[in-house]
Amino acid sequence: MVEKPITGSRKAFMTGNEIVTWAALASGADIMFGYPITPQNEVMHYWTRLAPRFGREFLQTEDEISAGFTVCGAVQAGRKAFTATAGPGNVLMQEPFGMAEAMRLPVVAVIQQRGGPSSGTVVYSQQEVTLTAYGGNGEGHRIVYSVATHQEIFDYVIKAFNTAWTYRFPTFVLGDGYQAKMREPLELYDPAERGIQLVPPTPLVGLPGAIGEDREPQHLCNIYSLEEELYDAVLRLEKDYQAMAPLVVEWQEKNCDHAELIVVSHGVVSRAADDAVQALRQEGVRAGFFRPVTLRPFPQQQLREALRRSGAGRLLVAESSQGQLLRLLRQELYGERVPIDALLMPGVGIVDEDIIAKVKSIL
Amino acid sequence: MIQPAMPKSWYAPTKPHKFCPGCGHGIALKALGEAIDELNIQNRTVFGCDIGCSLLAWNFFAVDSTQTHHGRTTPVMVGIKRSRPDLLCVGYMGDGGGYSIGSQHLLNSAIRDEKVTLILINNTNYAMTGGQLAPTTLPGQKTETTPYGRDVTKTGYPTKGPEMLAAITADGAYIARATVAKYRQLRTFMKRALQNQMEGNGFSFLEVLSTCPTNWRTNAAQTWDFLEDQMEAYFPVGELKSPFGKGEK
Ligand SMILES: Cc1ncc(C[n+]2csc(CCOP(=O)(O)OP(=O)(O)O)c2C)c(N)n1
Ligand code: SF4
Ligand SMILES: [Mg+2]
Repeated sequence: MVEKPITGSRKAFMTGNEIVTWAALASGADIMFGYPITPQNEVMHYWTRLAPRFGREFLQTEDEISAGFTVCGAVQAGRKAFTATAGPGNVLMQEPFGMAEAMRLPVVAVIQQRGGPSSGTVVYSQQEVTLTAYGGNGEGHRIVYSVATHQEIFDYVIKAFNTAWTYRFPTFVLGDGYQAKMREPLELYDPAERGIQLVPPTPLVGLPGAIGEDREPQHLCNIYSLEEELYDAVLRLEKDYQAMAPLVVEWQEKNCDHAELIVVSHGVVSRAADDAVQALRQEGVRAGFFRPVTLRPFPQQQLREALRRSGAGRLLVAESSQGQLLRLLRQELYGERVPIDALLMPGVGIVDEDIIAKVKSIL
Repeated sequence: MIQPAMPKSWYAPTKPHKFCPGCGHGIALKALGEAIDELNIQNRTVFGCDIGCSLLAWNFFAVDSTQTHHGRTTPVMVGIKRSRPDLLCVGYMGDGGGYSIGSQHLLNSAIRDEKVTLILINNTNYAMTGGQLAPTTLPGQKTETTPYGRDVTKTGYPTKGPEMLAAITADGAYIARATVAKYRQLRTFMKRALQNQMEGNGFSFLEVLSTCPTNWRTNAAQTWDFLEDQMEAYFPVGELKSPFGKGEK
């Protein structure tokens, strides 16, 4: 009997990448497929060291296209498989992620955003929002959790496996190079001890029973002869996605009561926004905080309600990209009359002072 | 202060270069620079580098240069060559870039007999990203993603690029393997790999056995031993295919 990676719970002080590995182990992930890219490399480094101890597997593929498709194959075979990548690697994985959307494959991928376009930087950004949420030649039938703390990295990697295997849409944990590389305290735990049931994987091929006697053969496909057939297939995806959305959507809202302005941010920037809003409140500035935890599906109803309840007359978007969250907001808030200001810093970090100064320049 | 002689085609403002002490990249690029000088082709050479430690050479030469993506130097060079056959296109890449992520480009450009010169640095690992498994990692060799040593039953045997390319290319191709440990031979092979493109004979490919003390975690003596004893034993040095007469061993 192979030992459990984590029994009970314990405090740890780790980098984000190391936490991804522990969370994947705790989630019962069977196999990781990956290709080196900074700032994700240490996920593989820890996985290759730890996995054999717990009977798990690893393959370094020839590139990210292959890593993504081997994950597609492994989940079809009924194994909990995952990958981790960043930047140009995320670009290359859009082809397999598209297959996963079309064929309802519970692919799990951790994205540690780096600067772009092209090779950009290996350091940090929030420039992979559009790509992760809407990349590919489809309609964005994916789930994207944007994490902000090391505890969340652990919690949401575990959640991502469960969401993926419950709803069978590709599921992403969107982090960034800062979170990947910095160390922070957190609590590692055995999901069972927190009452979290791990959703068991089920295969799509290699099913038991004799074909023609016990069962029909599986014929899985992603291409259609007629426009109408595809149309029906996309509508089915959309219907299932919309039915799932309210069950997985997540957000955080703080200090929105009587707010004049609400700061909207996601991921690591939301920590600066949270600090900024608290500091502003202490100075008597009526700022509020809203953070989409799922970027896809987007908590649009919740943000509209926060606007209504608070009576806030303005929004401020703060993000480390040239408006990728801003575009999402405009699309999700269509019809609201609220003006949106933006603090856009592509590829560089944002601290509370940046946001405080921006808010003061507006109000 | 007396400085070592620099090839004329090196770009002096970017020297000293940024490779680690003991790195083989600098030696390979010196041989390339001297070959460019000798053939007097500085003004019509286009140098393309991959993403890998080769990217540190993006402004290394006083020749027109372009940085591409990891694994994509070959098609970018092919695009330039097909558009401007008068230019001499030199693609410079690592073993990960060439044999792994860019292997389809390497294979297909060789099959199509593209008239470009590709130089591939074999340092048995992914150096730029911190020392992971490369297609050329030796059996049993420890890397960041093979912490218990390369297990050939799980990841296969090291890629022998020149041998593979020699088998699929047309006559007129130039295919060789050199080592930074044999400088004069390295420079000769560099020159032939360029000359072959100048004469329009065919596809030209040179693998260079190189050193990476940083990721091998070796001192000077261990670095040299690994290169000369272990790497050369697995990867035989010499010309595998040459329109310039009998292959040199
Ligand atoms: C699509 C893509 N995947 C991964 C990377 C990350 N990456 C940068 S350099 C490199 C490996 C370089 O190894 P190699 O080609 O052997 O060159 P070396 O550094 O050893 O000279 C990788 C995987 C990238 N830049 N783009
Ligand atoms: S990491 Fe290795 S290949 Fe890269 S510059 Fe340093 S010694 Fe050279
Ligand atoms: Mg290499």
